[in-house]
Amino acid sequence: MARVEADTPRFRPGDSVAVRIAYPIGHVRTPFYIRGKRGVIERLCGVYSNPEELAYARSGLPKQPLYRVRFMQREVWPGYAGESRDTVDVEIYQHWLEAAN
Amino acid sequence: MPHDHDHSEEHDRPHHSPPRPDLDDTITHWRAMEIAVRELLIGKNLLSADEIRRQVEDMDSCTPAQGAKVVARAWVDPEYKRLLLSDGNAACEAIGLERGPYKLVVVENTDTVHNVIVCTLCSCYPRWLLGLPPDWYKSRAYRSRVISEPRSVLQEFGVAIPENLVVRVHDSNADMRYLVLPRRPDGTEGWSQEKLAALVTRDAMIGVAFASRPGAH
Repeated sequence: MARVEADTPRFRPGDSVAVRIAYPIGHVRTPFYIRGKRGVIERLCGVYSNPEELAYARSGLPKQPLYRVRFMQREVWPGYAGESRDTVDVEIYQHWLEAAN
Repeated sequence: MPHDHDHSEEHDRPHHSPPRPDLDDTITHWRAMEIAVRELLIGKNLLSADEIRRQVEDMDSCTPAQGAKVVARAWVDPEYKRLLLSDGNAACEAIGLERGPYKLVVVENTDTVHNVIVCTLCSCYPRWLLGLPPDWYKSRAYRSRVISEPRSVLQEFGVAIPENLVVRVHDSNADMRYLVLPRRPDGTEGWSQEKLAALVTRDAMIGVAFASRPGAH
């Protein structure tokens, strides 16, 4: 069976997304604090080998589109003491993202 | 212990301070792993000891001066600034610096936005522009606090962010590396790039400080 080289980007800047809530074992680049949070795609960074596979000397294919996703601090941290418009940008691979309304 | 033996011989000898414990003598798991892998690579003739030494020397020779050069050029050259913000690696190359092994994202501080960089997962850092990261950048305290209470952390660094500025934290958690383009200080009109670069500190390019003011040093 032919191996898919890279997944096609599904999201565009401005799209609302939610980070999947999942707790797989192993090397994962999606920080715990951002799982389940909703944000907006800031930009597509490019397409990168999947680090969850690379960490175990596997091919990392299919490559994953990598996005910078912008979250409002008050939605990420309940009780955030700073200004309401403060943000945090996190890099999230596509297989961790779902469309949100 | 009974104190009845003769000290006279000791008193005749020159005095030496007790030796300080050698901090390198603890062979932790990862230190043992590093030594084992290095010795294997050398033993199998995949790398020479000199190549490894040279690579370490190269890493140590990178300093924030490279980043400062990029920032100073962006301050005086609007065309270059546009390139820097759209393609950081090409902008490095355009002034004779290394392109860098990772994609560079440059975020600009303005009169409405202040940016600060962290890697919450480890210590990712644009080493080809800033050198090795400072110890605090790798500390759990910085990594866990700047992401969730950036304004307090910045305050502790001596940086008060006005309430009307948005604070944007950037988690360098995957394949990008980040550099903050600080605001050009007032009172530097007509300055040369070399003079401007001296105002651009490492911390200003991480976002935990502003660029130095003229005459502040």
